[in-house]
Amino acid sequence: MLQLHEKRDKSMNQRTNQQWLSDLRGPQQDQALTDLRAVLGRGLYFALVNRVPANKLEALVDDFAQDALLKILDNLETFRGESRFTTWAQKIAVRVAFTELRRQRWKDISLQDLLPQDAQGDFTPAILADPDQDPEGQVVKNAMIAITQRLIMEELTDRQRQAMLAIIVGGMPMEEVARRMNTNRNALYKLMHDARQRLKSSLAAEGLTPEEVLASFGEG
Amino acid sequence: MNLNSEVLKKIVQKVADTRPDEIGCGDCFEQLDRFAELVLSGKPVRDAMPLVQDHLKRCKDCREEFEVLLSLLMSMN
Repeated sequence: MLQLHEKRDKSMNQRTNQQWLSDLRGPQQDQALTDLRAVLGRGLYFALVNRVPANKLEALVDDFAQDALLKILDNLETFRGESRFTTWAQKIAVRVAFTELRRQRWKDISLQDLLPQDAQGDFTPAILADPDQDPEGQVVKNAMIAITQRLIMEELTDRQRQAMLAIIVGGMPMEEVARRMNTNRNALYKLMHDARQRLKSSLAAEGLTPEEVLASFGEG
Repeated sequence: MNLNSEVLKKIVQKVADTRPDEIGCGDCFEQLDRFAELVLSGKPVRDAMPLVQDHLKRCKDCREEFEVLLSLLMSMN
């Protein structure tokens, strides 16, 4: 049996990229699909074995392999041949699997739930929390806090602020924040990048660099 | 809404790291298979595909997927 698997694996690995593409599109499709599903299954098993409960592993591997297979077939024309076909296919399978695992892990958590209670509310006077800081440094720090706070509230859009707090403070995966904001991960990254650039230029307009603000917070 | 100084510090750290030419998750994903094979080849990658490497440092989702892809490819080769 083992020898049969090895022989089979060898034949799978021997397909060139062009053979994979032509087999998946031609009369050899059934065999190519079977082989590709086996490749994806082995990769997914390795990827998930320490991440999901053992009693769900096999079913999840099968489901994700099937979903990935469909996605791969739908996107064959986007394969640019810059890697082995199976590497490209595994990349898609990992994306499929982790998108779903994140969705399951975060399904009961809303964006509102993410902000820790102590992230909001009145400021604790920092001088109480940091008795070693000199009074002048404390004045500077308080001023920087006030400026940063104002810029975040005034210069960012509601969506930018919501996304930033969910990701940076709440630690929610981009994919899940994007789902809740009815967008996609790539667009969300762009939104966040625009927000960071906006804050950087707003600080510059105040005559400040982020590094100066961080230094006043007690971090160079 | 008031944000405490720890939250503000986290945000400003991200702002400090911002560069104008960052690529998004889509561009990173497109190149991820190529970058994974480059890493697997054992050649020095310090200066290779710098924008992909930069994105992987910034984006936890993409980094997690890349690390999984890399380790499963290593296990299968």
